[in-house]
Amino acid sequence: MKEVVVLSGKGGTGKTSIIGSVAVLSRKRVLADCDVDAADLHLLLDPSIEEKHEFRSGQVAVIDKDKCTQCGLCQELCRFDAIKDYTVDPISCEGCGFCSHICPADAIVMEECKAGDWFVSSTKHGPLVHARLGIAEENSGKLVALVRQQAKEIAKKKELNYIISDGPPGIGCPVISSLSGASLALIVTEPTLSGIHDLERVLGVCKHFGVPAIVCINKYDLNEENTASIREYCQKNGVDVAAMIPFDNEVTEAMVRGMTVVEHSDGRVAKEIKSLWQKIEQKLQG
Amino acid sequence: MIISVASGKGGTGKTLVAASLALSLKDTYKVQLLDCDVEEPNDHIFIKPDITRSEAVSIPVPAIDEKKCTHCGKCAEVCAYNAIAVVAEHVLTFPELCHGCGACSYLCPEKAISEIPNTIGKIETGEADGIIFGHGMLSIGQPMAPPIIRKVKTLIDKERTVIIDSSPGTSCPVVEAIKGSDFCLLVTEPTPFGLNDLILAVETVRQLGVPFGVVLNRIGVGDSKTEEYCAKENIPILLTIPLDTEIARLYSRGIPLVEGMPDWKSKFRELFDNIKEIVDEGSRSLKR
Amino acid sequence: MKILITSTAPNLDAEIDPRFGRCQYFIIVDPDTMEFESLENSSMTAGGGAGISAAQSITDKGVEAVLTGSCGPNAYRVLSSAGIKIITGVTGKVKDAVENYKSGKLTASSQPNVNAHFGSGRGMGGGGGQGRT
Repeated sequence: MKEVVVLSGKGGTGKTSIIGSVAVLSRKRVLADCDVDAADLHLLLDPSIEEKHEFRSGQVAVIDKDKCTQCGLCQELCRFDAIKDYTVDPISCEGCGFCSHICPADAIVMEECKAGDWFVSSTKHGPLVHARLGIAEENSGKLVALVRQQAKEIAKKKELNYIISDGPPGIGCPVISSLSGASLALIVTEPTLSGIHDLERVLGVCKHFGVPAIVCINKYDLNEENTASIREYCQKNGVDVAAMIPFDNEVTEAMVRGMTVVEHSDGRVAKEIKSLWQKIEQKLQG
Repeated sequence: MIISVASGKGGTGKTLVAASLALSLKDTYKVQLLDCDVEEPNDHIFIKPDITRSEAVSIPVPAIDEKKCTHCGKCAEVCAYNAIAVVAEHVLTFPELCHGCGACSYLCPEKAISEIPNTIGKIETGEADGIIFGHGMLSIGQPMAPPIIRKVKTLIDKERTVIIDSSPGTSCPVVEAIKGSDFCLLVTEPTPFGLNDLILAVETVRQLGVPFGVVLNRIGVGDSKTEEYCAKENIPILLTIPLDTEIARLYSRGIPLVEGMPDWKSKFRELFDNIKEIVDEGSRSLKR
Repeated sequence: MKILITSTAPNLDAEIDPRFGRCQYFIIVDPDTMEFESLENSSMTAGGGAGISAAQSITDKGVEAVLTGSCGPNAYRVLSSAGIKIITGVTGKVKDAVENYKSGKLTASSQPNVNAHFGSGRGMGGGGGQGRT
């Protein structure tokens, strides 16, 4: 079983549109949407939800007003400025529990909180594990790990060959969580200065965690000069540029119709994504 | 006044809006631009500030004085993040799991734990043609963005018009960036992805109680569902930017929209005036 | 001397749980008599550092070896500091693993066999621990 995770560093480079197409092209796969913060893959795949589970995670301090003597020690010691006027701000609370240990009146307890939901759905392109992190919640890394774990179990049970994950933007906690232990990372970038800057950082994270990476330059014709410098950068660093996808409105047109590009048309974007998937399969087998 | 720029979906034009707004206002107001997208900061590419100061951001992690330690296990017991383990005659610490809450050192009965800084990133400050600039950068391989965002936000100069660029999404780093703003601009595009993520972002800013409006970028592509949603929810669309390959090309070269196409300056000033009006009205109605 | 096996159910016929830190049960067996006790792994649902917390919870059980599927660097560090041998890559039924251990077919690993699963439930503070080079 091989797992390919699609990342981008910078948001909006076309990650999800490409994964949607890869989902259609690949066989014997399970899909995992690890962008639990702003999941979009389901919009292309028209899933029917088969299982819904609550995601409970993290703790938050709760002060019992009747026991509280308003001594103020918790406010003084909290490093996250989460307690004001003897009330905990659950958004600022990091759940460290320091206050609950030091409260002389034993007025503070830690309570577990619901942090989101996760789903197992069926789509015509295979099973999909996806999730929704509660607004302003922490622990997205844990939820990502859970989504991947579930996808792995489904792959094992149904004897599927591939796990294809849509990773979150950025380079922080949820990205690291979606990357560690994967067989291959596909980085979707765009030929903008921001795109290049973020590509370098996300490749650094892949290297740090020992995950081999390949690059796809999306909308490459937007700025051919930048495209050339991305290729040069990749070559220098031994990273394969596996695809160059032209800018074409058919990507958005497909999205508006709730379809993937390869289903929507057989244009140049679709052709390039097809060849990209072939290269990914070769990489994963070789 | 503090205006934060956010979006549920990535790549909708947050940086374009934040940089253009700062550049359009700098001749009239004292402007400060703070890039709180510490995972992938990009504003400096457009603003090109002279960075004059760089400071490491660290969180305090435990250091054990083996001579004083009696291996009682209290520190491991109180650590909510399992960042300390006590086995037999050893105390093991795992700095990357530590959130720096300080519980272990405070509660150690032998006072055997001190705190040492563990660097997780840096902040840099400088100036670009009258704009006071600051941004944070998370080190590669480090997971915790919020402490760096908090550090960037300590730079806020209340005397200035402060523009904060946040990371995309709706989770803790975004909340950390938006929290405390007087107004939040949500940048989106009129596509199904853009709308889906806008709805999530709207829930987030509503929960934070920050007044907000929408910038609709790349009009002309996609559908009209985002506008319909905003109308239904009474969310003001404060600026629309068309889908224009020239705008995209400028962006790709790191040229701010208002520099490449100076006509846009007046539109961004108008955007600011509208924001000001909404914020002033809000504070008037509060006083009433 | 006793050994510990990570298990999916509290009996000797159960399958080995491949994850150390987030396994469902620990089974502590005396290989000579096959007497055993089972413990629920309370770290299974830990927010972060499950491996560390699971390892810490068993260091005082007097076991000489841990038999499991995979063990990350953090748990490895805790167990080896406590002088416990770690044997990874073990699959199949718990009781067969015990037999194999007795007959010397299993050898201890000299290093963790999975990378830091940075984030497998570490929340915001997710850390790679000591697994990095």
